[in-house]
Amino acid sequence: MARTVSTRRRLAFTALAWTIALALFFPILWTFLTSFKSEGAAIANPPSFLFFDWTLENYHEVQERSNYFHHMWNSVVISFGSTFLGLLIAVPAAWAMAFSPTKNTKNILMWMLSTKMLPPVGVLVPIYLLFRDWALLDTLAGLVLVLTMVNLPIIVWMLYTYFKEIPGDILEAARMDGASLGQEILYVLTPMAVPGIASTCLLNVILAWNEAFWTLNLTAAKAAPLTAFIASYSSPEGLFWAKLSAASTMAIAPILILGWFSQRQLVRGLTFGAVK
Amino acid sequence: MCTIRLENVTKMFGELAVIPGIDLQINDGEFVVFVGPSGCGKSTLLRLIAGLEDISGGAILLNGEDVSSLPPAKRGLSMVFQSYALYPHMTVHGNIAFPLKMAGMDKAEIDKKVMAAAKVLNLTEYLKRKPRNLSGGQRQRVAIGRAIVREPSAFLFDEPLSNLDAALRVNMRLEITELHQQLGTTMVYVTHDQVEAMTMADKIVVLNRGNVEQVGSPMDLYRDPANLFVAGFIGSPRMNFVDGGNAARLGATTIGIRPEHIGLDREKGLWRGVIGVSEHLGSDTFLHVHVEDVGTITARTGGEWTLRHGETVFLTPDPDKVHRFDESGRSMARAITPDLGALPRHVNGAPASGAPLQ
Repeated sequence: MARTVSTRRRLAFTALAWTIALALFFPILWTFLTSFKSEGAAIANPPSFLFFDWTLENYHEVQERSNYFHHMWNSVVISFGSTFLGLLIAVPAAWAMAFSPTKNTKNILMWMLSTKMLPPVGVLVPIYLLFRDWALLDTLAGLVLVLTMVNLPIIVWMLYTYFKEIPGDILEAARMDGASLGQEILYVLTPMAVPGIASTCLLNVILAWNEAFWTLNLTAAKAAPLTAFIASYSSPEGLFWAKLSAASTMAIAPILILGWFSQRQLVRGLTFGAVK
Repeated sequence: MCTIRLENVTKMFGELAVIPGIDLQINDGEFVVFVGPSGCGKSTLLRLIAGLEDISGGAILLNGEDVSSLPPAKRGLSMVFQSYALYPHMTVHGNIAFPLKMAGMDKAEIDKKVMAAAKVLNLTEYLKRKPRNLSGGQRQRVAIGRAIVREPSAFLFDEPLSNLDAALRVNMRLEITELHQQLGTTMVYVTHDQVEAMTMADKIVVLNRGNVEQVGSPMDLYRDPANLFVAGFIGSPRMNFVDGGNAARLGATTIGIRPEHIGLDREKGLWRGVIGVSEHLGSDTFLHVHVEDVGTITARTGGEWTLRHGETVFLTPDPDKVHRFDESGRSMARAITPDLGALPRHVNGAPASGAPLQ
């Protein structure tokens, strides 16, 4: 039965929801607006909201000072590379845990999750030393590797949850039909899990794109992604708010656009299996 | 051509022996039904034959060859699942073609075989549809199509009709029986529905707690159940069991009488009872009669009866059809017709004597 809500109540709740949403969105909007101000206007008090001299100067300067596309390319390689590598490992792992569980499957899953509870700084020194010895510092390969490891528990957990939703009968049918293990995963399991795999990929790309701890600590210039690009604008020489805003806007734009286009997929994936 | 032989097959789940040890022979071209209550191990037994579960001991032989350690794909058997287990992302054509694709057959050959199977199963116009756009019966037919297209040496059916509604179930039952007559391939069919078992099987295997209670043709099982379990399981409505004095007088611990082997009379008979519930099916009437010292007896009678709740009726079992069981529940010889005269008799409420009334 549908609950009846009075018009006044509905108006009040709508207003409240919009207020909260705008409050959450405001910092991003403010960053976006500031990126079009001059440095002077950016720190003016009282600040002006919309009525200032709009300028693209900051974007010019940012692009001139640091090569945006170089960093963006690094971000793309790192986020998509680590996602791809993660899937290669996680799909078979999640398959095994979902369809051929042992006594310790739950324990392994919990252990994998527990690695996310450790503050990353706790393992920074050993990883930094390993990277130094293996000549992986400031390389894309190194970053792909470390981000794969960092996000692997989440990928495995998400895929495990999706795979659990797939009826075992169908995989057994494939086995009866003469499919080998590889064919079973390739032709039956993967196509059925596409919504789940897609949202796992998307989430992982976003996580890897935004990851700042490892990308800042293990890179210098060559492999530095957009996180390092933003960070370079908050220097001890003094903050340039307008340029920092322009850099931030440029850094979040690609992932925001990707997220915008795939939000339906993402929501579907995140609530997959919640309702039968 | 396929004979299936189980030699002392056991299956343990941890400490629990689901199947303590079964010997069974399934001959070429036979339609064998495994029947039993839920949890009796019938599906497990089928999955052992399929290779979807590993046996814990013994051997499974197909055509005399030990296949116990072969994976399902190498056994050359097809299986139809209760849930149909169709591939939801493939069309009907894709589903039926899948086993052939896995076998590496070329595309033209696959198309030919899929079309032939679709024709047999009336699926030709649905070949481009996805399973979610099909009705339950059509899905079941696709599942059967996927099974027959690779020409397996035997078919395994795991309760294939239990997700269908009653009317469709009767239709599909006929279709599967016809398919068996057409193909002449060995079929092993699992069900908990004794009507399916009786109507479809050449040979029924009655299972209880992982043990084979009896193997035989449907009519053998109906006429000569080996024990109380089989007697109670085969036949609908269920056989009436009477113990105590009435059974002891016939030299048994328990006697069993099928509802259709009880004569009904308003005036006189062996047992006097009061009608509890009467179920009218049109073609038959089932009367549940409370008889003093005996218990509730179900009697089946053809046509319509106008007797109502609370009315008195007399019941007389057919003496040739009374089953006797010993204290361990095993069937006793029926060589001698039990002398029902040994039982106290009623006429209009008073004990009487004389020959049994029909």
